[in-house]
Amino acid sequence: MTPLPLWAEILVGALLLLSGVLALISALGLHRLPNFFSRMHAPAITAALGVWAVALASILYFSLHHGRLELQSWLIILLLAVTAPVTTTLLARAALFRKRTETEPKDRPGTM
Amino acid sequence: MMKRLFPNPLLSAALAALWLLLNQPSPGHLLIALLLAILMPLLSAPLRPQRGAVRRPWVLARLILTVGGDVQSSALQVARGVLAGRRRPPNGRFVRIPLALRDAHALAALAVITTAVPGTVWSELAADRSSLLLHVFDLQGEEADFIAQYKQRYEQPLLEIFEA
Repeated sequence: MTPLPLWAEILVGALLLLSGVLALISALGLHRLPNFFSRMHAPAITAALGVWAVALASILYFSLHHGRLELQSWLIILLLAVTAPVTTTLLARAALFRKRTETEPKDRPGTM
Repeated sequence: MMKRLFPNPLLSAALAALWLLLNQPSPGHLLIALLLAILMPLLSAPLRPQRGAVRRPWVLARLILTVGGDVQSSALQVARGVLAGRRRPPNGRFVRIPLALRDAHALAALAVITTAVPGTVWSELAADRSSLLLHVFDLQGEEADFIAQYKQRYEQPLLEIFEA
């Protein structure tokens, strides 16, 4: 276990702060965006950039701590990227289905 | 011999890498990784009736870089849109994109890209895979331009990788 150099501590801290800010903006988006479909976009900020920042911070911290490359955190990004479309598409299709049953049966969705 | 042992080298390599990432590399774990690489493709073969092939690794590498850059720029755009949401509501629209892709693996890859890049939500794929309904968070400019850009940035490379 080696203590971290100052530049690394600053970098890790900045990355964690960045991810926190991004998660906050995502939550804010869920709160204030006007309709379901626009709200669907808000969590993507965290799922994309926020998670990357945390993973980078974790890789940096543990690699320097243990004096060898610790890359497990990449798996989180990878598995999130592969599984996220499943839930997103399910949600989007369910919302579309509801919207269509509420309007005309043959209505094409336009502006929400 | 190699071909018989590893009918799907890419999947085998990915599984071995996954195991080695999850554990500390040691002779024992190397052995388990090798076993996984041989057994898992065999066991999962009945679940994957369609064989996908990945060609042109350099196109794939360029696509990954493109997507990585797009994730960052669009995440910041969506974040800006959220913060300005009250004053200037985003121009959210459904866009129907005619697709040339048909390969299931390529479409799965396109779904992953579309979801990973903030600002686009994959909403519905036509039953015959001929078109795709996207929801765009904040459409700027002409719809036709957006469609052309989406096809050229993501669909074209995937066509070259999976269906060349």
